[in-house]
Amino acid sequence: MSTVAPVFQGESPQSPPSYLKAGHTIKSWLLTGDHKRIAILYLIAVSVFFFFGSIAASMIRVELVSPRGVMLENDTYNKVFTAHGIIMIFFFLIPAIPAVLGNFLLPIMIGARDLAFPRLNLLSWYLYVAGGLCALLAMAFGGVDTGWTFYTPYSSMYSNTNVTLTIVGAFIAGFSSIATGINFIVTVHKMRAPGMTWFRLPLMVWGSYATSVIIVLGTPVVAITLLLVVMERVFHIGVFSPELGGDPVLFQHLFWFYSHPAVYIMILPAMGVINEVITCFTRKRIFGYHFIAFSSLAIAGLGFLVWGHHMFVSSQSMYQGMVFSLLSYLVAVPSAIKTFNWTATIYKGSVRFQTPFLYVLGFIGLFVVGGLTGLFLAAMSTDVHLTDTYFVVAHFHYVMVGGTIMGFLAGLHFWWPKFFGKMYPDNWGKLSALIIFIGFNLTFLPQFVLGYLGMPRRYHYYYFAPEFQFWHIASTAGASILAVGFLIPAVYLLWSLKYGPDAGPNPWGAKGLEWTIPSPPPTTNFVEIPVVREEPYAYDAEADEREERVPAETKR
Amino acid sequence: MNFPLMPDQASNFARPYDALFFALTALTILFTVIVGALVLYFAVKYRKGNRVDRSGAVESHLGLEITWTVIPLILGLVMFWWAAKLYVDTRQPPQDAMEIFVIGKQWMWHAQHANGVRENNELHVPVGVPVRLTMISQDVIHSFFVPQFRIKQDVLPGRYTQQWFIATKPGKYNLFCAEYCGTQHSEMGGYIYALPPQEFQKWLASGGDKKRPNQPTMADLGKQLYDRLACGNCHGSQDSPRGPSLYGLYGARRRMTDGSIVEATASYIREAIKNPYAKINEGYQNTMPEYRELTEEDLLNLIAYIRTLGTSKAPGPVLGNAMPAQIDGGNR
Amino acid sequence: MSMKTEALQAAHGAEEQPLHHQFEELPQQNESYVVGMWVFLVTEIMFFGGMFLAYVLYRWRYSEAWFEAHTKLDIPLGTTNTVVLLTSSLTMALAVHFAQLRNKRLQLAMLGATIGLACVFLVIKAFEWSAKFQHGLVPGPNFTWEGLVPAPQAQLFYSLYFGMTGLHALHVIIGIVVIGVLALLTALDHPLVKNDFIPTELVGLYWHFVDIVGIFLFPLFYLIPK
Repeated sequence: MSTVAPVFQGESPQSPPSYLKAGHTIKSWLLTGDHKRIAILYLIAVSVFFFFGSIAASMIRVELVSPRGVMLENDTYNKVFTAHGIIMIFFFLIPAIPAVLGNFLLPIMIGARDLAFPRLNLLSWYLYVAGGLCALLAMAFGGVDTGWTFYTPYSSMYSNTNVTLTIVGAFIAGFSSIATGINFIVTVHKMRAPGMTWFRLPLMVWGSYATSVIIVLGTPVVAITLLLVVMERVFHIGVFSPELGGDPVLFQHLFWFYSHPAVYIMILPAMGVINEVITCFTRKRIFGYHFIAFSSLAIAGLGFLVWGHHMFVSSQSMYQGMVFSLLSYLVAVPSAIKTFNWTATIYKGSVRFQTPFLYVLGFIGLFVVGGLTGLFLAAMSTDVHLTDTYFVVAHFHYVMVGGTIMGFLAGLHFWWPKFFGKMYPDNWGKLSALIIFIGFNLTFLPQFVLGYLGMPRRYHYYYFAPEFQFWHIASTAGASILAVGFLIPAVYLLWSLKYGPDAGPNPWGAKGLEWTIPSPPPTTNFVEIPVVREEPYAYDAEADEREERVPAETKR
Repeated sequence: MNFPLMPDQASNFARPYDALFFALTALTILFTVIVGALVLYFAVKYRKGNRVDRSGAVESHLGLEITWTVIPLILGLVMFWWAAKLYVDTRQPPQDAMEIFVIGKQWMWHAQHANGVRENNELHVPVGVPVRLTMISQDVIHSFFVPQFRIKQDVLPGRYTQQWFIATKPGKYNLFCAEYCGTQHSEMGGYIYALPPQEFQKWLASGGDKKRPNQPTMADLGKQLYDRLACGNCHGSQDSPRGPSLYGLYGARRRMTDGSIVEATASYIREAIKNPYAKINEGYQNTMPEYRELTEEDLLNLIAYIRTLGTSKAPGPVLGNAMPAQIDGGNR
Repeated sequence: MSMKTEALQAAHGAEEQPLHHQFEELPQQNESYVVGMWVFLVTEIMFFGGMFLAYVLYRWRYSEAWFEAHTKLDIPLGTTNTVVLLTSSLTMALAVHFAQLRNKRLQLAMLGATIGLACVFLVIKAFEWSAKFQHGLVPGPNFTWEGLVPAPQAQLFYSLYFGMTGLHALHVIIGIVVIGVLALLTALDHPLVKNDFIPTELVGLYWHFVDIVGIFLFPLFYLIPK
């Protein structure tokens, strides 16, 4: 039944209390070293930031209904889209899956009692909150209008908004990421339970590991780059300002050296979640385990070599552009491999259409579109027309919202019973998954057309080209549906905390070490460290089908 | 309200770029449909409780893995090659392209035609004639974007960038700034007017929209500046110990003190005026003052003037003694 | 590594090192900390890497100006400082050695020596910097440049000089604090460090990294060839 020594560890009389009941004071939460509690702290924090980011998104969509805007001034609009980008990317998308799902599950999945460095883990949450507060303060008191990309020399010499404080916030949050990355790498290397070999690791762990490698190698570079921008603002050191002898394009190189891999920081953990959910709800072993595992590493490696495709029209040389374009095409291959392997996993499974699986279907559909539209932007000629337009906006929302947020919601719905020991109403879950999928496509498909028509991104007014309006209205209509879709889970998930039925240790009949311990798990996860004797995802669709057909009475 | 699906095809780039765009679109739709259909078909067919044959499922298959690695790889490489070749082939402007200078600044586009006609947030170009834009920004990074032409090029401070095109259809097209540049970014735009060649010539000769014919040309203005700054004191019609001649400079290849060979492009000349010590011609000292206060417009005019000095050395008066008037002779 | 094994055996003979709850056994705990430190040092390398990239770009682009600008740096002081740093690496290595041998007295002495040398380094650096302040070589509105090469290019040299040596000096200061805390805890037999040479080894790794950065910075700024 499980990958562990046969004895089920939970629910014995002497079993320790769950991590939720290990202490009720605020202090016991705020000074906890328990990775599960820290994950919950992160869940609360990223939800708050997601809320703020969504408010900004709604303002953008409302504003664009009319070619001359609806309610905002130019500079307010610029601050709003900057806030949307910074909050969503630095404070939601990057930490969402690793710091919430990864934090909670990674140690349990490999059979460890905690991450290697619990205090560092807690520190990373505080750094994240501190960074987030800096950014929110900067936005509340005057705002910042550089766009999340902080392009120089606008950010370093021209903008007179709160650039410095915002950058300090992003800088601090970067160290929070780094702390999590170091913790994950060490934990995966050193804390695996006996028998948990590298190729028995759940693919979610592989995804988190590859993500951590990117974080460790990339985040420090953007940290120092942003620091240089601040120093240029404060001391006029001239590294990026042409008036002072510097080169503004150097900033773009350094920035995208991190920020392109950052896209993979956001998507790789989501892909990891998909593996866990798709196997459970098709009752199948994952197809092509090794190919999926190594494609994560390939994405992490190649992802560092493609940053120049953001700069095809920024005056970089033709040959430089060709190299980056070629490598960008190569990085598409590992993603294709994953998609095909997931498709093959469903084949001959025993498919259960429950909420997490619907999100997986949504993920695959949207990620395929997001990934393939990336090819337009990796192609040097079409990129000339499409870059810096709504085509780019639509493309990266398909990857980040369609990919990361769908993956996050799939994982949240899959492990919610493990987190809190409560079930949510599945029908509401399915409904909201459907609404999100429809709303998302209505919001962002029109933006592909807008981009091709030539609507530049970060435009407040488009009265020069009023023919764009139809598509903007369509997009805004879709966004309102999407907003409803996001509100429903917020309601029923919170409802389930109090009124949801008890989930039991393994409501889905899932494999994996996290399902062998009680829900919610005890503080030290395992009474005794398990010994792993089985391959991962030991599902058997045929056997499950046979069991299903046995009448209920004989089953007992 | 109408719902357009594609922008006009109004330049030489539009058709080939659109062909690639549609090929990629077809590829996207094809793969989305294949994956989507397979996923849904499998999911429905193998739904729980449906009595279908589930035996013999494998968990890996090298042949399949290789197939779906190699096919996307080959398709990707084909697309890369198509896109890169198209880009490379259309990158270089024709030699005889008509040159227009563009200055981007917060938040307007300023264009100068060689004969001195200026426009703000508008640009008139002839249909069927290659046009080359030499562009620079006075402040932050902008990006010159004409959707109907399928062209976009970042406009950087401190460095000239180039973009060329042939308008193929008379009409009025959008001009946008595509790189975020501050408060009024979305209003930094205007229109491109593509006119039939004769009409364009008429428009240009009559002094543009402001109807001011016979304005001093850019080269004239450059010449005035050259005289006012007394550039000729050191840069006469022949090399002097103080400085090399500017005759025949434009486009020439010169050896620098550090041994490198530099082509005297607009960017080089601009740097040599603003920042003379960055590169020093072999055999000369770094004695030239920096003309840092010159505006981008001044610099463009000076470069336009230097271009009129031709590509071969003109006979001239005694070393280091060239009077501006004398330089003027015979080269205009 | 044999020294370490011996030390470990010595440790096992005496009192046990403390084992934290998330670990199963001591070697796992010790290796985790060491691996973690190495991964952290990778992030540090990437952190400095961004500045080194900027350095490479501008030194290549403005080689002449940078040569001129670098002549104003004080090579004897720079050399002295490099030697001081190298020596501090030696004392730090010895501190780790004595920690493994559980020779608390000599360990503390070596930690003290390392702090001392680090302070000497900072004092010399402070002299160098204050000279630059007096000569108006600090980037910003007061930057004055008399030479023939353009001021902005020379200023970029000093921007990166101050940026990189400043970031390095910040690391030295952090090092002093960390070594100081370590020495204090060791002297007090605090349970965090008692019978455990791993904290000293980790601090040692960090300190060697700081030294290596210093060793790169010296030739890059002080010894630019014509």
